[in-house]
Amino acid sequence: MRLIRIAWTYLRVGLAAELQYRANFAVQALQTLGGLGFALGGVWTVFGHTQTLAGWHPEEVAALVGVYFLIRGAINAVIQPSMQLLLEDVRRGTLDFTLTKPEDAQLLVSVRRVEVWRIVDVLVGVAVLAAAVGRLGGRIGVADALAFGVALACGAAIVYSFLLALATFTFWFVRVENILVIFQSMYTAGQWPVGIYPAWLRASLTFVVPIAFAVTVPAEGLTGRLDPVTLGGAAALAVGLLALSRAFWKVGLRRYTGASA
Amino acid sequence: MRQLLRVFGGYFRTTVAAQLQYRAVLVIWLLDLVLQPVIALGVWSAVARSRGETVGGFGPAEFAAYFLAVMVVDHLTFTWIMWEYDYRIRHGDFSTVLLRPIHPVVSDLADNVAYKLLTLVVLSPVVALLVWLFRPSVAFVPWAVAAFVPALVLAFALRFALEWTLAMAAFWTTRISAVNNLYWYVFALLAGFFAPLSLLPGPLRAIAEWLPFRWVMAFPVELLLGRLRPEEAAVGFAAQLAWIGIGVVALRAAYGAGVRRYAAVGG
Repeated sequence: MRLIRIAWTYLRVGLAAELQYRANFAVQALQTLGGLGFALGGVWTVFGHTQTLAGWHPEEVAALVGVYFLIRGAINAVIQPSMQLLLEDVRRGTLDFTLTKPEDAQLLVSVRRVEVWRIVDVLVGVAVLAAAVGRLGGRIGVADALAFGVALACGAAIVYSFLLALATFTFWFVRVENILVIFQSMYTAGQWPVGIYPAWLRASLTFVVPIAFAVTVPAEGLTGRLDPVTLGGAAALAVGLLALSRAFWKVGLRRYTGASA
Repeated sequence: MRQLLRVFGGYFRTTVAAQLQYRAVLVIWLLDLVLQPVIALGVWSAVARSRGETVGGFGPAEFAAYFLAVMVVDHLTFTWIMWEYDYRIRHGDFSTVLLRPIHPVVSDLADNVAYKLLTLVVLSPVVALLVWLFRPSVAFVPWAVAAFVPALVLAFALRFALEWTLAMAAFWTTRISAVNNLYWYVFALLAGFFAPLSLLPGPLRAIAEWLPFRWVMAFPVELLLGRLRPEEAAVGFAAQLAWIGIGVVALRAAYGAGVRRYAAVGG
């Protein structure tokens, strides 16, 4: 509850700050639509030559594209900018101002900076998802919807833990902003079901950089191809990574010395 | 001319020295460069497998050859000039550039070529590894391989002129990253980067025909792989030269208009 209240406060402040730059909304909308055009153009091209792609039908891949945009928007609006700010603060020794606030530091550093316009990605993702679900129609049962919701929550938790852990390395190595860029770059592979990639790439996208859990697994849940074992595995991994990244964060934080504030 | 070459050499040496300091950035660049063609290759190999046959003359091994060639051509022709101009204008660094008694295109060109030569050392083993992983199949045709070299040089010139011209948008809008991203999406879909042009749906292919991008990517790649007839190659060279002509005119016009607009921000 507290978490939601604090996140909401930051969202409001971010919104107020960004509303001064309304032209940025148009700029972001243009970029999102460009990305959507590219993604759907790719789907259109591919399905001009085949009925199914590794067992996926066109509208199912379209649903996956929706999830891709949804998760990307959520990461880019809140987590990525907040982590970037954390790296900056550690480098300049200004994390003190956050640490002295009477609230859990991990929570604060995770939602501190909000880039509101990125939410256009989320909206477009939801719209694409809704359109795809409309086309899939009756084939989605209550169980599928439930599996989708659980898988999506697990995927979000896994990616969040992963990014937090990456950012935590900043307490040892000062210049790690590049690591976050690598995640962004790898994320573009999530536009397609990871099952189509060669084994080594699929393994990297599942266990090294957990993009499969963020995009493919929820889309599998929605399209009724998710087996309970995978869903259970995703849930276990989400809980495990949340705990592990929090422990790692605490170890890292102990090294923080606030050199120059 | 001698003078120009000397200046070029000077820029070249400073770029090599500067780049060697940022090795982590090199890794990111490498990942970006390799990942996109591998994604496309994964998608099209899956399509070929789903159909259990070839797609428009491409089987998995031909797709592998196509996208590895795309990777090499992309590496040798890409520029980062739009990011550079965004930074130059926003931070006022462009004032320094203006003070030099030489057109800024020269230093940008030297920068780019130096970087390419440096990164080629990294790229070669990566290409070897990918060849081993993906087992491409290609029937090289001697005349086409020979013609590939000038086609590649012209493709570089064309892409450089196009992207340098687009970078001039930084004089009008300081949010050029949006222009850059949009450009990339159009380029990726219509240059033959995501799929061989012959596989695009009819309407998209029709648009691609009328844009310069295919002459940057699809043309040299298909030439290298021996997929073009001599007369098609001739048409390609003519189109490249024509578009370069248009590009250079556009570049001069955009630069002239941009410089007149420039008011140092910061500096």
